[in-house]
Amino acid sequence: MAARGSNAGWYVAPAGIAAIMLLALGSLAWTAAQGSEGLWLHVARYVLPQAGANTLALLAGVAAIVITLGTACAWLVSAYEFPARRLLAIALVLPLAIPSYIVAFAYLDLLHPLGPLQSMLRTVTATGAPQAMGWPDPRTLPALIVLMGLVLYPYVYLTARALFVFQAANLIDAARSLGASRRSLFLRVALPLARPAIAIGTALALLEVLGDIGASKFLGVHTLTVAIYDTWTTRSDLPGAAQIACAMLVLVLAAMMLERYGRRRKRFTTRQGPRRLQPQRLSGARAALATAFCALPALLGFLVPTAFLLAKAWQRVADSGWSAQLLNVAWDTLRLAALTTLVVVGAGLLVLAAVRLAQMRRRERLATLALRIGTLGYALPGTVMAIALLSPMMWFDTGLAAVSSLFAVEPRIWLMGSMSALVLALALRFLALAAGSIETGLARIPVSLDEAARGLGAQPASMLGRVHLPLLRPALATGALVVFVDVMKELPVTLMLRPIGFESLATLLYAEAARGTYEDGAVAALLIVLVSLVPVALLGRYGFREDRETAGLDPRMAPGVHA
Amino acid sequence: MSRASPGGPLAGGTRRLAWVALLALGSTAAAGAAEVNLYTTREPGLIQPLLDEFEKRSGIEVNTIFMAEGLLERVRAEGTRSPADVLMTVDSGNLLDLVRAGVTQGVRSDALAKAIPAHLRGGTGHWYALSLRDRVLYGAKSLDLAGFAYEDLAKPEWKGRVCIRSGQHPYNTSLIAAMIAHSGAEKTEAWLRGVKANLARKPAGGDRDVARDILGGICDIGIANAYYVGRMKNAAPGEAERAWGEAIQVVRPVFASAARGGTHVNVSGAAVARHAPNRGNAVKLLEYLVTDDAQSRYARANYEYPVKRGVALDPIVASFGTLKVDTLPLSEIARHRRAASELVDKVGFDH
Repeated sequence: MAARGSNAGWYVAPAGIAAIMLLALGSLAWTAAQGSEGLWLHVARYVLPQAGANTLALLAGVAAIVITLGTACAWLVSAYEFPARRLLAIALVLPLAIPSYIVAFAYLDLLHPLGPLQSMLRTVTATGAPQAMGWPDPRTLPALIVLMGLVLYPYVYLTARALFVFQAANLIDAARSLGASRRSLFLRVALPLARPAIAIGTALALLEVLGDIGASKFLGVHTLTVAIYDTWTTRSDLPGAAQIACAMLVLVLAAMMLERYGRRRKRFTTRQGPRRLQPQRLSGARAALATAFCALPALLGFLVPTAFLLAKAWQRVADSGWSAQLLNVAWDTLRLAALTTLVVVGAGLLVLAAVRLAQMRRRERLATLALRIGTLGYALPGTVMAIALLSPMMWFDTGLAAVSSLFAVEPRIWLMGSMSALVLALALRFLALAAGSIETGLARIPVSLDEAARGLGAQPASMLGRVHLPLLRPALATGALVVFVDVMKELPVTLMLRPIGFESLATLLYAEAARGTYEDGAVAALLIVLVSLVPVALLGRYGFREDRETAGLDPRMAPGVHA
Repeated sequence: MSRASPGGPLAGGTRRLAWVALLALGSTAAAGAAEVNLYTTREPGLIQPLLDEFEKRSGIEVNTIFMAEGLLERVRAEGTRSPADVLMTVDSGNLLDLVRAGVTQGVRSDALAKAIPAHLRGGTGHWYALSLRDRVLYGAKSLDLAGFAYEDLAKPEWKGRVCIRSGQHPYNTSLIAAMIAHSGAEKTEAWLRGVKANLARKPAGGDRDVARDILGGICDIGIANAYYVGRMKNAAPGEAERAWGEAIQVVRPVFASAARGGTHVNVSGAAVARHAPNRGNAVKLLEYLVTDDAQSRYARANYEYPVKRGVALDPIVASFGTLKVDTLPLSEIARHRRAASELVDKVGFDH
């Protein structure tokens, strides 16, 4: 057996990733400190109170909706049998495939006085002028809350459902056999058990809310994220933007603490073999109600906006034909997403292998800290993250130029504006998603297994490859699917850091939006949805298939963040 | 540097290899070829026909990257090794920011000096305006809006009848900055509060939404850029936006408080990057963009107002009448832009 000290190499990856993240955050803080005089006062007086209040209300409202929808639907499809249950169980995940800004745009159009809904109603009721309907304008905070809730509830749905189906099965069945009523079964057994899973899903949804710019801007809601963006772009005031970003980090940390709270009860898996919760058949009105209740979020969060996109894209293609560029861009986006996913999952594995190794030595503190820092990228809005990475990349290029000049190589830019830079930035942004899945997956593998393997002479590498990897497959798959879909939809980082000539579907769509011709972007938007649909549907099926292979899934396998 | 074979159609496998090589080695555009690298905050689709024409005439290949935000930050971070040759923006403030940040260089060119009026270019050749974009009033067709002044937007008679996009959008901050320059900060603040009180809906969306919402009966008047009207009215028959464009009249407001009141214009413009590796080609591109041919393409493709005198206008743009430009220098507007943006925060315009 090799000497214990020779494993230092395993700590290179987590240390390196954390170092890059610290450099980025450091440059952000440095930028914030450059603020001109009187700026902080302005931010504190006129920006933070209003934008902060909007943001808090948005977070609270979205949390209420995602928790209600996500938990209720998860419980229904897990505990009961009703018409279309299997289909709905998957359909309920689909809103994850659509970026929220597209949903916002779709509803703004659908609900407009000139939109199909009001036009039809006017025809039916023979009302003349468009304004006669007197509908409230959807450009309001409540509308944004509902919309975000409809798009983001799947995060809670996924985590809660996995818990109900697998982890809580024994307890729920026991309660059933003891004659618990439906009501008390849910309120007194299922809900308390699901609390950690719900907290994890909610935290994820809220981080997405904090990162949103597009939907908020469409609906005219001035959030902190929008304030950062405006301060930077309109006033060319990067220090001011960085200051608001730093203030916002407080909210982010709160969301993350919620997530840690969700995970605090480390494991309560029963030692008995994994088993599935057996759904009970509902009948009559109850069954119909359950079907309707579960159909509604999927309908509003996915089907309606997708149908809208289909109609618009159809019209587009009919009018001006199919553009060959789109398919190339779709292919490039797909590859970018696949490559980033590979890098993220690989990095996640390396980081967590190091944590695991450190755990065995009972010296996990430093490795865990590196993990927490390294995964902060998901907590920053994408634009802030991209800006923060510019300086470290510049330093890297400068350093490399200095080295290469020693060898009389002509200096050039290696990293900035390269594909590697883009993948690196996206990987840092989404590392948390993969690492969260892997961490929770690892947590379910007893340390005694590692000790046994070590006793048999396994080195860390073969331990990872032959013991952990096979057991981690479901967790890896979940993490990979979520990262893939997120990269497909990602806009701000890709927009700012991509190489010359490279387009993703999202940047193409943004370009159309920038010149105010949203219709032209419909095809690109539809392609984003279509490409994301497969992984999202897999995610929905995963952990719900009626076979034993996946019966080891638990809520911790569902997407998770931490730090 | 690339391991991928240059030249020849890339087969699937080679193309894949090229992608991998690209990833491994970074991808600054290959040097040496006759080319020019264009960084633009202007959505490139609209100027693509111009760039294509330039490529055809000069044999110089144009590599474009559309960035929206972060152009300045990226060029600055790229430093002396930046591949950027031409920097293009759609807001005078952003253009002057580039100059102030020191990422541009002065360019002397008789062709540019002759084509562009002095107040639409930097004295040292650090920036050049390429097209004008007047910020106008859209109104329901039934209204009599002759002689409308920007100040009138705050009049109580328009309560609940005004639509506009976010106050923090550069097009609006630029207008507000001009108002500050004309009337001072205090009067502008009162005006802005008045406009806010008159809003029919939240300030959001884009300029075309103003026309759409006028047709939809949400509001009666609104502020937007003129060129959108050309686009809407020229949309294919049956497209929704054509109806929006047909539903409105366009009035060019003036500043009532200014001695020789004119209409507020913003510009799209360009500068040569300080460390441009293809400086000569960059100047050629700029010079092409102010030729009669390119300027009339600007006018016809995007319904913008040419900077060059005597270039034919698009019929729709011509139908708005002569453009009397507000005489305020662009630098003066840019100077008040920050105050304007802070004012928008202060009166809670976007809330």
